[in-house]
Amino acid sequence: MIDLKGIHKTFNRGKANEVIALTGIDLHVAKGEFVVIVGSNGSGKSTLLNMVAGSIFPSEGTVNLGDKDVTSLPDYERSRWIARVFQNPLSGTAPDLSILDNFRLASLRTHKKGLGIGIDKAYIQSVKEVISSLEMGLENKIHQPMGTLSGGQRQALTLLMTVMDKCEVLLLDEPTAALDPRSADVVMKTADKLIKDYQLTSILITHNLKDAFTYGNRILQMTEGKIIHDVTGEARKTIKQNDLFEWFA
Amino acid sequence: MDFFLTALLQGLCFSGIGLGIYISMKIFNIPDITTDGSYTLGGVVTAIMLTNHLPSYLVLPAVVVAGAIAGALTGLIHTKLKINALLAGILVMTALYSINLTIMGRSDLPLVNTPTLFNLVNITADPNQNSFWILIVFVVFITLLIGYLLKTDFGIAMRATGNSESMIKALGVNTDRMKIIGLALANALTAVSGYLITQFQGFADMNMGIGIVIVGLGSVIIGETLINWFSITSVWLSLAVVLLGAVVFQLVLALTLSIGVDANLLKLVTAVFVLLIVSLPKISFQKS
Repeated sequence: MIDLKGIHKTFNRGKANEVIALTGIDLHVAKGEFVVIVGSNGSGKSTLLNMVAGSIFPSEGTVNLGDKDVTSLPDYERSRWIARVFQNPLSGTAPDLSILDNFRLASLRTHKKGLGIGIDKAYIQSVKEVISSLEMGLENKIHQPMGTLSGGQRQALTLLMTVMDKCEVLLLDEPTAALDPRSADVVMKTADKLIKDYQLTSILITHNLKDAFTYGNRILQMTEGKIIHDVTGEARKTIKQNDLFEWFA
Repeated sequence: MDFFLTALLQGLCFSGIGLGIYISMKIFNIPDITTDGSYTLGGVVTAIMLTNHLPSYLVLPAVVVAGAIAGALTGLIHTKLKINALLAGILVMTALYSINLTIMGRSDLPLVNTPTLFNLVNITADPNQNSFWILIVFVVFITLLIGYLLKTDFGIAMRATGNSESMIKALGVNTDRMKIIGLALANALTAVSGYLITQFQGFADMNMGIGIVIVGLGSVIIGETLINWFSITSVWLSLAVVLLGAVVFQLVLALTLSIGVDANLLKLVTAVFVLLIVSLPKISFQKS
C-alpha cells in the first residue's frame, strides 16, 4: 500500500544549520498492516510520517501509494487516501467550529466542498450515531465549539472523523502524547478498534513502548534517519516487551 | 435628529467594510489592509461608470469584480510569494492609489444629474427615509448571501482555514486557494461600501479611503465584544452583530461631533474610541 524507495531528506542543505533527517529509507507497508515506529527524539520518525502525508517532500527517492506515484502531490491532494491524527489535539480539529461542522468537513475529505448546505437532519442523526459509539455522552453536544472539549475527547473525536469518509491509510503521530493516562488508553483502544473494523493501513508513532508492544503487527525502530530494527510476522508475535526496552539501552 | 439619521445611513453604507473585515480578520485570521485602496476603487469605478452613463445595472457587478481582483492580488502576494499579509496589503493599497487616480483622471468626481441607487425607486417622499429603506433591503440581501455562503460546505471549509490550517489541509483543502478567495470576497464587499458611499454622498474622491480600515475594525471589534458577552456561536447572529457594530460606530462618531468636538480631530477620536473598545474588556477582566 505504501512504498518508500531510496528516501533521503536534508533540511537547509549547504547551510550552517543543515540537518540530515532521513538517509536511504526503503519501506514497504502492505495493505492492512499496522506499523508502529519507535525512536528517540530527532530520529526522523515524524519526518518519515510527514513524507508519507505529503507535508514534506523528499530530497531524493519516491513515494508510492498503491500503484500511484505521489512523490510530488501535496498533502491536501493525498488526503484522498490518507487521514491523519496529530500529536497536538488542537491540530486535528478546528476549535471555534462546532463538533458538527468539524465532522461535516471530515465527511468531505475526499470530496469537493461545494456551495450546497450539507448539514441536514439525516446527517445530524448519522453523526450522533457515530459519536455515541464512544460512550462519552458527546452526541448531545454536537453544536458546541470543539474547543470546549478536553484534549482526550477531541483526540477521540478526531479518530472518529478519519473514518467519516473513505479512508485507506491512517497516520497517527503520537496521538496520546498530550493526554493523561486514562484518556490515552481510551484513544489508543478507539484507534485499534477503528483500524481493525475498517481494515486500515496504519502507521503509529509513539514514545510509549507499552503501546508499541500492545498494538500493531509490525515494529520499526529509527535512529539518525535510518530504520535499524524491523520486526514483523512471526518475530513480532514472539517479541517480548523487554526486548523493546533493550533497544533503547 | 437628521444628523443621526445620516449617521445611521452611513453606518449601513459601511456594512460592506464591516463584513469584509470580519471575513479577512475573524474568519481567515489575516490582517488585511488592502481595504483603503479597494474601498476607493469601488467608489471610483462607480463614479466613472455613472458619469459616463453606462447602464446602472452593470455598475455593481463591475465594482464587485474590481474589488475581488484587488483582494485576490493581495492573496496571491501573501500565499504564493510568502510575503507577510500586512505588507502584501500595503503594497496593493499603495499601487491602487495610482490606479484609482488613473481611472478617474482627476482627484474627485461629482455625480451630477446621474441616476443612482438612491433615486432608482421612490418608496417615500423624504429622500433620507427613501435611502434608508433602499439601504436596508440592500444590506439584508448581502447579509443573507454571506450568511448562506458561510453555512455551505464551502463556507465551513472557509471558516476552518483560518481556525486550524493543519486540520483543513489534512482534509483536502488547498488553503492558499482558499485564502485568495477569502481576500477577494472581503475586498469585493469593501468595494461595495465604496459603491454605496459614493452614490450616497454624490461624489467619489481620491482620499475617501484614507484610514477607512479603522471603520471596519471598529465594527468588527464592537461586534466581537458583543459576541463574547453573549457567547454567540450562530453564524447569522455574528453577522448581524457586526452590522450593528458598523452602525453603532457611526452613531458614536456623530455623537462626538454633535457635542462640539472639532471635526479636524475626528480621526483622533476614532482611534481613541477603537482603543477604548479593544482595551475595556481586557481591563475589566484583569480586575476580576
